[in-house]
Amino acid sequence: MQRLRSAAAALFGGGTGTVFALLIVILAGIFAMNPGFFEGPSLMAFLKQAAPLVILAAGQYFVIVSGNFDLSVGALVGAQVVIAARLIDGEESRTVPVLLVMLAFGLTVGLVNGLITTVLKVQSFITTLGMLLVLYGAIRLWTGGAPTGALSEAFRKVGRHGIDDVPLVGQIPWALLVMLAVGAGAILLMRTRFGRIVMATGDNDLAAALSGARVATVRTAAFVLSGLSATIAGVLIGGFAGVSAQVGEGLEFTVITEVVLGGVALGGGRGTALAAMAGALAIEALFTLFNQMALPATLRPTVQGAIIIAAVAYAARQRTRPAAVTAPATVSPS
Amino acid sequence: MQTTRLAFASAAALGLLLATGCTTDAPTESQDDATSGAPSGDEWFVQAEYDEQLAQRDIEPEGDPSQPWLQAIEPEWIDTSQYAREGGDATVCFSNASVSNPWRVTGWITMQEQVKVLQEAGEIGEFRHSDAGDDDDQQISDIQAFVDSGECDALIISPSTTATLTPAVETACASGIPVIVFDRGVNTDCATTFIHPIGGYAYGADAAEFLVENLEPGSTVLALRILPGVDVLEHRWAAAQEIFGDSELEILGNEFTGGDAAEIKNIVTQYLQRGDVDGIWMDAGDGAVAAIEAFEDAGKPYPVMAGEDELSFMRKWEETGMTAIAPVYSNFQWRTPVLAATMILNGEQVPAEWVLPQDPITEAELADYLERNADMPSLHYAKFGGEDLPGFPDAWRDR
Repeated sequence: MQRLRSAAAALFGGGTGTVFALLIVILAGIFAMNPGFFEGPSLMAFLKQAAPLVILAAGQYFVIVSGNFDLSVGALVGAQVVIAARLIDGEESRTVPVLLVMLAFGLTVGLVNGLITTVLKVQSFITTLGMLLVLYGAIRLWTGGAPTGALSEAFRKVGRHGIDDVPLVGQIPWALLVMLAVGAGAILLMRTRFGRIVMATGDNDLAAALSGARVATVRTAAFVLSGLSATIAGVLIGGFAGVSAQVGEGLEFTVITEVVLGGVALGGGRGTALAAMAGALAIEALFTLFNQMALPATLRPTVQGAIIIAAVAYAARQRTRPAAVTAPATVSPS
Repeated sequence: MQTTRLAFASAAALGLLLATGCTTDAPTESQDDATSGAPSGDEWFVQAEYDEQLAQRDIEPEGDPSQPWLQAIEPEWIDTSQYAREGGDATVCFSNASVSNPWRVTGWITMQEQVKVLQEAGEIGEFRHSDAGDDDDQQISDIQAFVDSGECDALIISPSTTATLTPAVETACASGIPVIVFDRGVNTDCATTFIHPIGGYAYGADAAEFLVENLEPGSTVLALRILPGVDVLEHRWAAAQEIFGDSELEILGNEFTGGDAAEIKNIVTQYLQRGDVDGIWMDAGDGAVAAIEAFEDAGKPYPVMAGEDELSFMRKWEETGMTAIAPVYSNFQWRTPVLAATMILNGEQVPAEWVLPQDPITEAELADYLERNADMPSLHYAKFGGEDLPGFPDAWRDR
C-alpha cells in the first residue's frame, strides 16, 4: 500500500513523473486505435518527425528553468532553413561551410537574446518576441518574400535518411541518433555545476547571486543553448521536409507547451530536462493519436492552449501547498 | 491525497476535452458527400459560378494564343475613351496585397519587367507601388494615399481580401481615375476592368477530375489544403467536393497544412501509417514535394497527384514519372493589369471583366514547360508568361 502510494505520488506528484504517465496513456491510446503504430518502421517514422521538437524542448528547457522564455526559436528555425537553402543553392560542396554559418548564426541569436535580457534588463518575453519579429521580417526582406535556392542532398540526409536495412525496425533515422545525443548532453549538462547554477538561478536569482553565482552569465548561456538547439532542429526539419516559406511557424508555442507539460514550471527553478523532452514526445504522440482518431489538425492549437493552462494551473496548485511537503520532491536537478 | 484527486480531475478534464473533440467533429469524418465534407464547404459554393467556370474552361479565348495574358474569354468590350490622355509617360500606381508567397513573388517580378518595357516605350513614366503585407487596414490606407496624392493616372489594385477592401476600391473609383482590379475580386463592379483567370472552381475541378479519371473506383484520396476562409482556395475545395461526391473515390480526409512542408510530410506520413493513400489532391502546390517524399520514405508507391505549376513539383513529377497533373492559377495575369492601364489611358477598349485562360499542364506538356523554365529556381511558376520580356531569364533567376 505504502509502495503503491509512493508510486502514485511519483506519477501524479507534479512534473517529472506525471508526464511519463501521460505519455504511457497516450501511447496506449494509439495502440488501441492502431497496433501497427508500434511496428518498427512506423515507430521510427514517428521518432524521426518528433526528434526536432524534442531537441527544441531540450534547448527551451534551459531557458525556462533559468527563469526566462525563448519565443524566438520558431522564427530562428525558419530563418536557418531559409538561409541554408539560399546559401547552398543546390551545391553539394557548400554543405559544410553553410552548416558552420548556421551554427554561428544560431549561437549569435542566442547570445543577443541573452545579453539583451541580462545586460539591458529587458524581460525575456519582450526580448524574444522582438527577436521573433526581427527574424521573421529580416528573412522576408532578404528573400523578397519567399525562400529561394535549394538544400543539397548531403544537407538533407540527416533529417530525412538513416541507417538502412536494420533488422526489425527497417531504418534507424539519423535524426533519432541526434536526438539521443542532444538529450544525453542536456541531461549530463544539468548534472554539472553549471546545471545546478541554472536551476538555482531560476528558483531564486537573488539568493543565487548572493551565494556567488554569475546569474547573468548562466542565463545568457541558456539562451545560447536554445539558439544551438534551434539550429540543430533547423537542420533536421529542413532535411526532413525541404524548404518552404512557412517552416518553423508556431513552433515556439508547441515547444513551450511541451516543456511546460514536462513539469518545468514557467518562472524557472523546477523540472528536469528528461521530463521536458518526454513532454515533447507526449505532445507529438498526442497529435499522432488525434490523427489516428481522424480529428482535424485545426484542433491542435486549441488543445495546446488547454494543455498550457491546465499544466500551469496544476503546477501552481502544487506550489501553494506548504513548502515542507513539496520541497524534497522538487529540488533535484538531473 | 489531494494530488491524487487533482490528478483524477485533470484526467477527467482531458477526457472531456477529447470527447467533445470527437463529437463535434464526427460528422466531417463520417460523411464524404459533396455538401458536408468540410466545415466551411457549403457557404463557399455557388452553383451558378461553378457551372460558369467549368463551362469557361472549354471556351476558346479571343486573342493571340502566344500571348495568353492578353487573351480574354467571352469579353464584353467597354469604351474607355473618357480616360484617354495625351503625351504618354503616365503615372501608374499599384496597391499590392503582399508578396508573401512564391506565386505572388513570381508575378510581381513579371509585372515589374513588363513595366520596364512600357517605360522604355514611353507609355508609363513613373510606376509607384505599395505593399500592404497582407494587412487589410494597411491596404485601405495605401489606396487612400494614392487617391489623395492626385498624381496617379491609373490605379491597379490586387486586393488582400474581398469584403473589407470593397469600400476602398469604391473610393478609388469615385476619384475619377481608371481602377484596375486583378487576382482576388471585390464586391463592386465600379472598377474599369477586373482581371482574373477563370477561377478557383475550375482549378479544383481540373485537379479532382484528373484523380477521378486516373484512379480505380474505391481508391482513397487525401486532400491537403493550405488554410480555411480564403475564397480562391475555398472555391477549389468546394469544386473538388462536387466532383468527388459524384465519384466512387473514398476521401480519407482534408487537412489544413499552412503550406508548411514539414507539416505536410507529417500528415501524409501519418495517413500512410493508417493505410494506403492512392491519390493526393492539393488546393495549391506549396509543399507538394514533401507529400511525395512521404511516400518515398514510407516505401509506398507514388500516388496519383494534383499539384500546381510550381517548378519544384513539376521537376519531381518528371523525375519520378508519377501520374500527375499541374492545375494552373495563371501567374501571367500579373502582366495584364499594367498593359490594361496603358490601353485604358490610350482610350482603347478593354473587357469589363477580363477572364484570362487557365489551362492545367498535363503530362504531354510537362517536358516543354520544364525546358522553357530550365534556369528558373524551384519556387517559380511555369506559366509565369514572361519569357519574351527583355529581363528574362535573369530577373526571375536571380530573385
